[in-house]
Amino acid sequence: MAHRLCVLCETSKAIVKRPKTGQQICKECFFNVFETEVHNTISQASLFKPGDRVAIGASGGKDSTVLAYVMKTLNDRYNYGLNLFLLSIDEGITGYRDDSLETVKRNQEQYDMPLKILSYDELYGWTMDSIVQQIGKKNNCTFCGVFRRQALDRGAAMLNVDHIVTGHNADDIAETVLMNIMRGDIARLGRCTMICTQGEDTIKRSKPFKYAYEKEIVMYAYFKKLDYFSTECIYSPEAYRGHARAFLKDLEAARPSAIIDIIHSGEAFEIKEDIKATQKVQQTCKRCGYMSSNELCKACTLLEGLERGMANAGITDRARKKMDAEGPTPQNIRTIPFFQTSTRPGSPQPNNVENPQVTS
Amino acid sequence: MSISLKIEFGGGLELLFSNQRSHKISIPSEVTSKDGTTKPVDLSYLIFWLRDNLLKEREALFIENGTVRPGILVLVNDADWELEGEGDYVLKDGDEIVFISTLHGG
Repeated sequence: MAHRLCVLCETSKAIVKRPKTGQQICKECFFNVFETEVHNTISQASLFKPGDRVAIGASGGKDSTVLAYVMKTLNDRYNYGLNLFLLSIDEGITGYRDDSLETVKRNQEQYDMPLKILSYDELYGWTMDSIVQQIGKKNNCTFCGVFRRQALDRGAAMLNVDHIVTGHNADDIAETVLMNIMRGDIARLGRCTMICTQGEDTIKRSKPFKYAYEKEIVMYAYFKKLDYFSTECIYSPEAYRGHARAFLKDLEAARPSAIIDIIHSGEAFEIKEDIKATQKVQQTCKRCGYMSSNELCKACTLLEGLERGMANAGITDRARKKMDAEGPTPQNIRTIPFFQTSTRPGSPQPNNVENPQVTS
Repeated sequence: MSISLKIEFGGGLELLFSNQRSHKISIPSEVTSKDGTTKPVDLSYLIFWLRDNLLKEREALFIENGTVRPGILVLVNDADWELEGEGDYVLKDGDEIVFISTLHGG
Protein backbone atom coordinates (compact mmCIF):
# COMPACT_ATOMS: atom_id res chain seq x y z
CA MET A 1 0.00 0.00 0.00
CA ALA A 2 1.38 3.39 -0.97
CA HIS A 3 2.05 5.62 1.99
CA ARG A 4 -0.40 8.44 2.40
CA LEU A 5 0.88 11.92 2.98
CA CYS A 6 -0.07 14.07 5.94
CA VAL A 7 -3.15 16.15 5.06
CA LEU A 8 -1.74 19.12 6.96
CA CYS A 9 1.85 19.54 5.73
CA GLU A 10 1.45 17.40 2.61
CA THR A 11 5.10 16.42 2.78
CA SER A 12 5.61 13.72 5.43
CA LYS A 13 4.14 10.27 5.75
CA ALA A 14 0.91 10.08 7.77
CA ILE A 15 1.33 7.97 10.90
CA VAL A 16 -1.85 8.57 12.86
CA LYS A 17 -5.52 8.84 12.08
CA ARG A 18 -7.12 11.38 14.40
CA PRO A 19 -10.25 9.94 16.03
CA LYS A 20 -11.81 13.37 16.44
CA THR A 21 -11.58 14.41 12.80
CA GLY A 22 -10.53 11.35 10.79
CA GLN A 23 -7.54 13.34 9.50
CA GLN A 24 -4.42 11.41 8.60
CA ILE A 25 -1.37 13.29 9.81
CA CYS A 26 2.38 12.93 10.27
CA LYS A 27 4.26 12.75 13.54
CA GLU A 28 5.37 16.39 13.68
CA CYS A 29 1.92 17.71 12.75
CA PHE A 30 0.38 15.37 15.32
CA PHE A 31 2.57 16.77 18.12
CA ASN A 32 1.75 20.23 16.94
CA VAL A 33 -2.05 19.85 16.74
CA PHE A 34 -2.23 17.92 20.01
CA GLU A 35 -0.28 20.57 21.91
CA THR A 36 -2.07 23.45 20.20
CA GLU A 37 -5.49 22.04 21.03
CA VAL A 38 -4.55 21.75 24.69
CA HIS A 39 -3.24 25.31 24.58
CA ASN A 40 -6.53 26.45 23.02
CA THR A 41 -8.50 24.63 25.73
CA ILE A 42 -6.41 26.39 28.38
CA SER A 43 -6.57 29.84 26.82
CA GLN A 44 -10.26 29.75 25.86
CA ALA A 45 -11.18 28.87 29.44
CA SER A 46 -8.64 31.41 30.81
CA LEU A 47 -7.48 28.76 33.25
CA PHE A 48 -4.31 30.46 34.43
CA LYS A 49 -2.71 33.84 34.87
CA PRO A 50 0.99 34.69 35.03
CA GLY A 51 2.59 33.86 38.36
CA ASP A 52 0.07 31.13 39.22
CA ARG A 53 1.42 28.19 41.17
CA VAL A 54 0.03 25.05 39.58
CA ALA A 55 0.23 21.49 40.91
CA ILE A 56 -0.04 18.65 38.43
CA GLY A 57 -1.78 15.69 40.03
CA ALA A 58 0.73 13.00 39.05
CA SER A 59 0.15 9.29 39.38
CA GLY A 60 2.90 8.10 37.06
CA GLY A 61 0.24 6.85 34.62
CA LYS A 62 -0.07 7.86 30.98
CA ASP A 63 -2.46 10.78 31.35
CA SER A 64 -0.66 12.63 34.11
CA THR A 65 2.76 11.91 32.62
CA VAL A 66 1.70 13.37 29.27
CA LEU A 67 0.01 16.26 31.11
CA ALA A 68 3.21 17.13 32.98
CA TYR A 69 5.20 17.04 29.75
CA VAL A 70 2.67 19.12 27.80
CA MET A 71 2.19 21.66 30.62
CA LYS A 72 5.92 22.19 30.75
CA THR A 73 6.13 22.48 26.96
CA LEU A 74 3.26 24.99 26.74
CA ASN A 75 4.43 26.99 29.74
CA ASP A 76 7.79 27.48 27.98
CA ARG A 77 6.39 27.97 24.49
CA TYR A 78 3.61 30.45 25.30
CA ASN A 79 5.17 32.09 28.37
CA TYR A 80 2.29 31.24 30.69
CA GLY A 81 4.57 32.28 33.55
CA LEU A 82 3.43 29.36 35.74
CA ASN A 83 5.32 27.73 38.57
CA LEU A 84 4.69 24.03 38.05
CA PHE A 85 4.80 21.33 40.72
CA LEU A 86 4.17 17.60 40.73
CA LEU A 87 1.80 16.41 43.46
CA SER A 88 1.44 12.70 44.07
CA ILE A 89 -0.72 10.84 46.51
CA ASP A 90 0.66 7.65 47.99
CA GLU A 91 -2.37 5.52 48.78
CA GLY A 92 -0.17 2.85 50.30
CA ILE A 93 -0.75 0.03 47.83
CA THR A 94 2.24 -2.28 47.83
CA GLY A 95 3.28 -3.48 44.39
CA TYR A 96 1.27 -0.79 42.67
CA ARG A 97 1.59 2.74 43.95
CA ASP A 98 5.11 2.27 45.24
CA ASP A 99 6.17 1.30 41.70
CA SER A 100 4.27 4.10 40.00
CA LEU A 101 5.76 6.65 42.41
CA GLU A 102 9.17 5.62 41.13
CA THR A 103 7.98 6.80 37.71
CA VAL A 104 6.89 10.13 39.18
CA LYS A 105 10.29 10.52 40.83
CA ARG A 106 11.93 10.04 37.43
CA ASN A 107 9.48 12.58 35.95
CA GLN A 108 10.62 15.04 38.61
CA GLU A 109 14.16 14.77 37.25
CA GLN A 110 13.16 14.65 33.59
CA TYR A 111 10.86 17.67 33.77
CA ASP A 112 12.77 19.53 36.46
CA MET A 113 9.72 20.15 38.64
CA PRO A 114 9.53 19.97 42.46
CA LEU A 115 7.62 16.93 43.68
CA LYS A 116 5.45 16.61 46.78
CA ILE A 117 4.23 13.20 47.88
CA LEU A 118 1.47 13.03 50.49
CA SER A 119 0.50 9.63 51.84
CA TYR A 120 -2.79 8.33 53.20
CA ASP A 121 -0.80 6.96 56.09
CA GLU A 122 0.45 10.44 56.98
CA LEU A 123 -2.95 12.11 56.60
CA TYR A 124 -5.40 9.43 57.75
CA GLY A 125 -3.26 6.94 59.64
CA TRP A 126 -4.42 4.20 57.26
CA THR A 127 -2.94 2.85 54.03
CA MET A 128 -5.11 1.23 51.37
CA ASP A 129 -3.35 -2.04 52.21
CA SER A 130 -4.52 -1.78 55.82
CA ILE A 131 -8.02 -0.64 54.77
CA VAL A 132 -8.42 -3.61 52.43
CA GLN A 133 -7.16 -5.86 55.18
CA GLN A 134 -10.03 -4.68 57.35
CA ILE A 135 -12.86 -4.29 54.85
CA GLY A 136 -11.94 -6.56 51.94
CA LYS A 137 -11.99 -5.59 48.28
CA LYS A 138 -15.64 -4.58 48.19
CA ASN A 139 -16.19 -0.81 48.44
CA ASN A 140 -12.51 -0.11 48.91
CA CYS A 141 -12.60 2.18 45.85
CA THR A 142 -15.03 4.42 47.77
CA PHE A 143 -12.44 4.94 50.50
CA CYS A 144 -9.68 5.46 47.99
CA GLY A 145 -11.64 7.98 45.89
CA VAL A 146 -12.85 10.07 48.84
CA PHE A 147 -9.45 10.01 50.52
CA ARG A 148 -7.61 10.88 47.32
CA ARG A 149 -9.70 13.95 46.56
CA GLN A 150 -9.14 15.39 50.00
CA ALA A 151 -5.47 14.40 49.99
CA LEU A 152 -4.92 16.22 46.68
CA ASP A 153 -6.48 19.39 48.08
CA ARG A 154 -4.43 19.14 51.25
CA GLY A 155 -1.23 18.42 49.35
CA ALA A 156 -2.00 21.44 47.17
CA ALA A 157 -2.51 23.61 50.25
CA MET A 158 0.87 22.43 51.59
CA LEU A 159 2.46 23.48 48.29
CA ASN A 160 0.55 26.75 48.54
CA VAL A 161 -0.67 26.46 44.95
CA ASP A 162 -3.55 28.27 43.25
CA HIS A 163 -4.56 25.45 41.00
CA ILE A 164 -4.49 21.67 40.60
CA VAL A 165 -4.59 20.22 37.10
CA THR A 166 -5.48 16.58 36.55
CA GLY A 167 -5.06 14.27 33.57
CA HIS A 168 -8.77 13.51 33.07
CA ASN A 169 -9.19 13.07 29.33
CA ALA A 170 -12.14 13.23 26.94
CA ASP A 171 -12.83 9.50 27.33
CA ASP A 172 -12.94 9.84 31.14
CA ILE A 173 -15.37 12.74 30.93
CA ALA A 174 -17.63 11.05 28.38
CA GLU A 175 -17.66 7.98 30.63
CA THR A 176 -18.64 10.09 33.62
CA VAL A 177 -21.45 11.71 31.62
CA LEU A 178 -22.76 8.23 30.74
CA MET A 179 -22.44 7.01 34.33
CA ASN A 180 -24.26 10.02 35.71
CA ILE A 181 -27.05 9.53 33.18
CA MET A 182 -27.35 5.84 34.05
CA ARG A 183 -27.42 6.65 37.76
CA GLY A 184 -29.77 9.58 37.30
CA ASP A 185 -27.35 11.81 39.16
CA ILE A 186 -28.55 15.19 37.92
CA ALA A 187 -26.32 17.27 40.18
CA ARG A 188 -23.13 15.65 38.97
CA LEU A 189 -24.32 15.51 35.38
CA GLY A 190 -24.60 19.28 35.51
CA ARG A 191 -21.02 19.84 36.56
CA CYS A 192 -19.02 16.82 35.40
CA THR A 193 -18.24 18.44 32.06
CA MET A 194 -17.00 21.68 33.60
CA ILE A 195 -13.36 22.29 32.82
CA CYS A 196 -12.75 24.03 36.13
CA THR A 197 -14.27 23.40 39.55
CA GLN A 198 -13.68 25.02 42.87
CA GLY A 199 -11.67 22.97 45.34
CA GLU A 200 -11.02 23.66 48.98
CA ASP A 201 -10.22 27.27 49.84
CA THR A 202 -9.45 29.09 46.63
CA ILE A 203 -7.64 26.20 45.00
CA LYS A 204 -9.13 25.56 41.59
CA ARG A 205 -9.14 22.21 39.86
CA SER A 206 -9.15 21.79 36.16
CA LYS A 207 -8.80 19.37 33.30
CA PRO A 208 -6.71 20.68 30.41
CA PHE A 209 -7.16 17.33 28.59
CA LYS A 210 -10.94 17.64 28.67
CA TYR A 211 -11.08 17.44 24.87
CA ALA A 212 -8.05 15.18 24.36
CA TYR A 213 -8.80 11.64 23.26
CA GLU A 214 -7.21 8.82 25.18
CA LYS A 215 -5.99 7.36 21.89
CA GLU A 216 -4.08 10.53 21.12
CA ILE A 217 -2.64 10.76 24.64
CA VAL A 218 -1.31 7.21 24.35
CA MET A 219 0.00 7.84 20.82
CA TYR A 220 1.66 11.03 22.04
CA ALA A 221 3.33 9.19 24.91
CA TYR A 222 4.43 6.43 22.54
CA PHE A 223 5.94 8.70 19.89
CA LYS A 224 7.56 10.98 22.48
CA LYS A 225 8.83 7.87 24.30
CA LEU A 226 7.56 9.24 27.61
CA ASP A 227 8.21 7.21 30.69
CA TYR A 228 4.92 6.09 32.25
CA PHE A 229 3.60 3.32 34.42
CA SER A 230 0.79 1.06 33.30
CA THR A 231 -0.45 -1.54 35.69
CA GLU A 232 -4.00 -2.06 36.83
CA CYS A 233 -4.54 -1.20 40.48
CA ILE A 234 -4.52 -4.48 42.38
CA TYR A 235 -7.65 -3.52 44.33
CA SER A 236 -9.65 -1.89 41.59
CA PRO A 237 -12.26 -3.80 39.68
CA GLU A 238 -14.10 -0.44 39.28
CA ALA A 239 -16.95 -2.44 37.88
CA TYR A 240 -19.42 0.31 37.19
CA ARG A 241 -16.94 2.54 35.41
CA GLY A 242 -15.67 -0.55 33.61
CA HIS A 243 -19.07 -1.12 32.00
CA ALA A 244 -19.37 2.50 30.94
CA ARG A 245 -15.84 2.37 29.59
CA ALA A 246 -16.37 -0.80 27.55
CA PHE A 247 -19.59 0.66 26.14
CA LEU A 248 -17.84 3.90 25.22
CA LYS A 249 -14.98 2.06 23.50
CA ASP A 250 -17.54 0.12 21.44
CA LEU A 251 -19.21 3.41 20.50
CA GLU A 252 -15.86 4.88 19.56
CA ALA A 253 -15.07 1.89 17.35
CA ALA A 254 -18.35 2.44 15.48
CA ARG A 255 -18.08 6.22 15.34
CA PRO A 256 -14.97 7.91 16.73
CA SER A 257 -16.63 11.29 17.21
CA ALA A 258 -19.01 9.71 19.77
CA ILE A 259 -16.73 10.70 22.65
CA ILE A 260 -16.64 14.38 21.86
CA ASP A 261 -20.36 14.30 20.98
CA ILE A 262 -21.20 12.92 24.43
CA ILE A 263 -19.15 15.64 26.11
CA HIS A 264 -20.94 18.30 24.08
CA SER A 265 -24.29 16.77 25.03
CA GLY A 266 -23.25 16.82 28.68
CA GLU A 267 -22.26 20.46 28.39
CA ALA A 268 -25.62 21.31 26.87
CA PHE A 269 -27.64 19.92 29.77
CA GLU A 270 -29.38 22.58 31.76
CA ILE A 271 -30.71 22.08 35.24
CA LYS A 272 -33.83 24.03 36.16
CA GLU A 273 -33.44 26.53 38.97
CA ASP A 274 -36.06 24.82 41.16
CA ILE A 275 -34.15 21.53 40.87
CA LYS A 276 -30.91 23.28 41.77
CA ALA A 277 -32.61 24.70 44.86
CA THR A 278 -33.20 21.21 46.25
CA GLN A 279 -29.51 20.37 46.12
CA LYS A 280 -27.52 20.41 49.31
CA VAL A 281 -25.65 23.52 50.27
CA GLN A 282 -21.93 23.20 50.83
CA GLN A 283 -20.63 23.73 54.35
CA THR A 284 -17.40 22.90 56.13
CA CYS A 285 -16.88 19.72 58.09
CA LYS A 286 -17.13 20.41 61.81
CA ARG A 287 -14.35 17.95 62.54
CA CYS A 288 -11.69 18.64 59.92
CA GLY A 289 -12.74 21.87 58.24
CA TYR A 290 -12.89 20.37 54.75
CA MET A 291 -15.79 21.23 52.44
CA SER A 292 -18.78 19.01 52.99
CA SER A 293 -22.46 18.71 52.20
CA ASN A 294 -23.13 17.33 55.71
CA GLU A 295 -21.99 18.20 59.22
CA LEU A 296 -19.27 15.62 58.86
CA CYS A 297 -17.42 15.23 55.58
CA LYS A 298 -17.29 11.92 53.80
CA ALA A 299 -13.62 11.32 54.65
CA CYS A 300 -14.23 11.87 58.37
CA THR A 301 -17.26 9.57 58.27
CA LEU A 302 -15.27 6.87 56.49
CA LEU A 303 -12.33 7.28 58.87
CA GLU A 304 -14.55 7.08 61.95
CA GLY A 305 -16.10 3.90 60.58
CA LEU A 306 -12.64 2.40 60.10
CA GLU A 307 -11.47 3.45 63.54
CA ARG A 308 -14.56 2.02 65.23
CA GLY A 309 -14.42 -1.20 63.24
CA MET A 310 -17.69 -0.34 61.45
CA ALA A 311 -16.29 0.46 58.02
CA ASN A 312 -19.67 0.36 56.28
CA ALA A 313 -20.83 3.41 58.23
CA GLY A 314 -19.49 5.67 55.53
CA ILE A 315 -20.98 3.55 52.75
CA THR A 316 -24.66 3.04 53.58
CA ASP A 317 -27.17 5.12 55.51
CA ARG A 318 -28.28 2.07 57.48
CA ALA A 319 -24.76 1.33 58.70
CA ARG A 320 -24.33 5.02 59.50
CA LYS A 321 -27.43 5.01 61.70
CA LYS A 322 -26.23 1.83 63.36
CA MET A 323 -22.91 3.47 64.23
CA ASP A 324 -24.67 6.57 65.56
CA ALA A 325 -26.86 4.29 67.69
CA GLU A 326 -23.75 2.69 69.18
CA GLY A 327 -23.10 5.93 70.96
CA PRO A 328 -21.15 9.14 70.40
CA THR A 329 -17.81 9.28 68.68
CA PRO A 330 -15.12 8.09 71.09
CA GLN A 331 -12.57 10.72 72.03
CA ASN A 332 -9.55 8.58 71.35
CA ILE A 333 -10.06 7.79 67.67
CA ARG A 334 -7.75 9.10 65.00
CA THR A 335 -9.08 12.11 63.08
CA ILE A 336 -7.88 14.11 60.10
CA PRO A 337 -5.83 17.19 61.03
CA PHE A 338 -7.88 20.38 60.78
CA PHE A 339 -7.69 21.92 57.32
CA GLN A 340 -5.64 25.11 57.31
CA THR A 341 -6.85 27.42 54.61
CA SER A 342 -4.07 29.31 52.97
CA THR A 343 -3.95 33.00 53.83
CA ARG A 344 -1.70 34.10 51.04
CA PRO A 345 -2.46 37.77 50.35
CA GLY A 346 -3.93 38.70 47.04
CA SER A 347 -5.52 35.33 46.40
CA PRO A 348 -8.19 36.05 43.83
CA GLN A 349 -11.77 35.02 44.32
CA PRO A 350 -12.41 32.83 41.32
CA ASN A 351 -15.67 33.03 39.48
CA ASN A 352 -17.60 30.68 37.25
CA VAL A 353 -16.66 27.71 39.34
CA GLU A 354 -18.73 25.35 41.40
CA ASN A 355 -18.07 22.92 44.16
CA PRO A 356 -16.72 19.59 43.00
CA GLN A 357 -17.74 16.13 44.05
CA VAL A 358 -15.91 12.88 44.34
CA THR A 359 -17.07 11.61 40.97
CA SER A 360 -15.64 14.02 38.50
CA MET B 1 8.21 -20.17 3.74
CA SER B 2 8.00 -18.05 6.82
CA ILE B 3 8.42 -14.42 7.81
CA SER B 4 10.00 -12.88 10.91
CA LEU B 5 8.23 -10.20 12.88
CA LYS B 6 9.03 -8.09 15.90
CA ILE B 7 6.10 -7.80 18.30
CA GLU B 8 5.90 -5.23 21.11
CA PHE B 9 3.29 -5.01 23.87
CA GLY B 10 2.75 -1.91 25.97
CA GLY B 11 0.36 -0.06 28.25
CA GLY B 12 -0.08 -3.13 30.45
CA LEU B 13 -0.84 -5.62 27.66
CA GLU B 14 2.53 -7.25 28.23
CA LEU B 15 1.08 -8.67 31.44
CA LEU B 16 -0.98 -11.06 29.32
CA PHE B 17 2.14 -12.17 27.45
CA SER B 18 4.47 -13.49 30.16
CA ASN B 19 5.18 -9.89 31.24
CA GLN B 20 7.54 -9.62 28.29
CA ARG B 21 7.29 -6.50 26.16
CA SER B 22 9.28 -7.54 23.13
CA HIS B 23 8.98 -10.79 21.18
CA LYS B 24 10.62 -12.00 17.98
CA ILE B 25 8.44 -14.48 16.14
CA SER B 26 8.35 -16.41 12.94
CA ILE B 27 5.05 -17.25 11.25
CA PRO B 28 4.14 -18.85 7.92
CA SER B 29 4.02 -16.39 5.04
CA GLU B 30 0.87 -17.96 3.61
CA VAL B 31 -2.15 -19.68 5.02
CA THR B 32 -4.60 -22.06 3.44
CA SER B 33 -8.20 -21.18 4.03
CA LYS B 34 -11.13 -23.61 4.28
CA ASP B 35 -11.87 -23.57 0.54
CA GLY B 36 -8.30 -24.67 -0.23
CA THR B 37 -7.02 -21.34 -1.57
CA THR B 38 -3.88 -19.89 -0.11
CA LYS B 39 -3.38 -16.27 0.78
CA PRO B 40 -0.60 -14.22 2.37
CA VAL B 41 -0.88 -13.74 6.14
CA ASP B 42 -2.48 -10.56 7.37
CA LEU B 43 -2.77 -8.78 10.72
CA SER B 44 -6.01 -10.56 11.57
CA TYR B 45 -4.20 -13.87 11.24
CA LEU B 46 -1.39 -12.54 13.46
CA ILE B 47 -3.82 -11.54 16.22
CA PHE B 48 -5.15 -15.09 16.42
CA TRP B 49 -1.66 -16.53 16.10
CA LEU B 50 -0.59 -14.44 19.10
CA ARG B 51 -3.59 -15.66 21.04
CA ASP B 52 -2.79 -19.28 20.26
CA ASN B 53 0.96 -19.10 20.71
CA LEU B 54 1.99 -16.29 23.04
CA LEU B 55 -1.01 -15.26 25.14
CA LYS B 56 -0.82 -16.66 28.64
CA GLU B 57 -3.98 -15.36 30.32
CA ARG B 58 -7.25 -13.49 30.05
CA GLU B 59 -7.90 -13.77 26.33
CA ALA B 60 -10.93 -11.48 26.64
CA LEU B 61 -8.63 -8.58 27.44
CA PHE B 62 -6.91 -9.02 24.06
CA ILE B 63 -9.51 -10.26 21.58
CA GLU B 64 -13.15 -9.32 21.19
CA ASN B 65 -15.47 -10.04 18.25
CA GLY B 66 -12.72 -11.34 16.02
CA THR B 67 -10.32 -8.44 16.44
CA VAL B 68 -8.33 -6.70 19.17
CA ARG B 69 -10.46 -5.41 21.98
CA PRO B 70 -11.58 -1.80 21.54
CA GLY B 71 -9.12 0.45 23.36
CA ILE B 72 -6.05 -1.41 22.14
CA LEU B 73 -3.94 0.62 19.72
CA VAL B 74 -2.07 -1.18 16.97
CA LEU B 75 0.91 0.25 15.11
CA VAL B 76 2.46 -1.20 11.97
CA ASN B 77 6.06 -0.05 11.58
CA ASP B 78 5.21 2.92 13.80
CA ALA B 79 2.07 3.93 11.92
CA ASP B 80 -1.51 3.69 13.18
CA TRP B 81 -2.98 0.47 11.75
CA GLU B 82 -6.12 2.42 10.82
CA LEU B 83 -3.99 3.88 8.02
CA GLU B 84 -2.79 0.46 6.91
CA GLY B 85 -6.05 -1.39 6.41
CA GLU B 86 -6.26 -2.73 9.98
CA GLY B 87 -6.74 -6.52 9.99
CA ASP B 88 -6.38 -6.72 6.20
CA TYR B 89 -2.81 -5.41 6.27
CA VAL B 90 -0.59 -8.01 4.59
CA LEU B 91 2.44 -8.75 6.74
CA LYS B 92 5.96 -8.50 5.35
CA ASP B 93 9.19 -10.01 6.59
CA GLY B 94 10.77 -7.70 9.18
CA ASP B 95 7.57 -5.82 10.08
CA GLU B 96 7.33 -4.41 13.58
CA ILE B 97 3.87 -4.60 15.14
CA VAL B 98 3.08 -2.79 18.40
CA PHE B 99 0.01 -3.37 20.58
CA ILE B 100 -0.70 -0.81 23.33
CA SER B 101 -3.56 -0.94 25.77
CA THR B 102 -5.11 2.43 26.58
CA LEU B 103 -7.28 1.00 29.30
CA HIS B 104 -5.10 1.55 32.34
CA GLY B 105 -5.35 4.43 34.74
CA GLY B 106 -3.67 7.72 34.35
